[in-house]
Amino acid sequence: MTAWIVLVLATFLASTVEAVEALTIVLALGVTRGWPSVRLGTGAALGALAVLVAVLGPGLRMIPIDTLRLVVGAFLLVFGLQWLRKAILRASGFKALHDEDEAYRRQVHEALAAGEAPRAGVDWYSFTVSFKGVFLEGVEVVFIVLTFGSARGALPVAIGGAAAAVALVSGAAFLVNKPLSRVPENAMKFAVGLMLTTFGIFWAGEGIGVDWPGSDAAILAILAFLTLYSLTQVRWLSRHRARRPAAAGGSS
Amino acid sequence: MKYLASFLAFWKDLLIGDDWTVAAGVVAALLIDAFLVHAPIMAWLWLPVAVTIVLTASLWRV
Repeated sequence: MTAWIVLVLATFLASTVEAVEALTIVLALGVTRGWPSVRLGTGAALGALAVLVAVLGPGLRMIPIDTLRLVVGAFLLVFGLQWLRKAILRASGFKALHDEDEAYRRQVHEALAAGEAPRAGVDWYSFTVSFKGVFLEGVEVVFIVLTFGSARGALPVAIGGAAAAVALVSGAAFLVNKPLSRVPENAMKFAVGLMLTTFGIFWAGEGIGVDWPGSDAAILAILAFLTLYSLTQVRWLSRHRARRPAAAGGSS
Repeated sequence: MKYLASFLAFWKDLLIGDDWTVAAGVVAALLIDAFLVHAPIMAWLWLPVAVTIVLTASLWRV
């Protein structure tokens, strides 16, 4: 039961973060260049993502469970460690925090500078940028949903967590009609990095043949261990940075 | 060809990212664990420890 709660929470948080980033692109384009082509591009991207899940989801079920867990665990581990690494660097000041307002301003500036060249009644700049933004952010969600869902045999649950996040973010954006910069994205990315890495360790271990003490309860123990480790690293790196104040990085 | 290069670059960025040593370290840790599960020791302890070693090495090179 605990593993299921963490699984839903992980897909929900990861999807929320990606949905907020995709929404910033869509909003900036819609406000500056008009909505019809942006809606078309967003719809096409969501359709392409649905096809990806429909094709890859059943295909993954045909792989033997131990092999699947090893492959999925290894991918999640590599992917999750990247999130965690960036989150620790952001929290310790070695990398700039992700700023949704700044991303929105940059997107608006680029959209205004692109000029107008509609063909066949479609603003292809809006269509292409909204398609690309939603599809690329969405692929990360699809990757997390498919890996979590298939390794646990809980694809509908993982899809439900992601769909709830997208619905919540879209609803909130519809109400406020501006980027959701008050969503604590950096803290959420930290949490997602911890959860992806935790499940990566657990499933890769299971796939190899590791017998985890306490079975599923080991997930919470790994999560607690990684959280403690990460917070310690943030503290040590922050101190290290204070001694060399010139260090700074870019955002992504 | 351009689309294939973009496609590969996208997956490289998604899975390998800024520091390729993290991905390489994870593969090495998994290979070592595959040997440890057949030894009479606590193989479960290795992966969490190995992950923190890999991540620490990457973080402190910044």
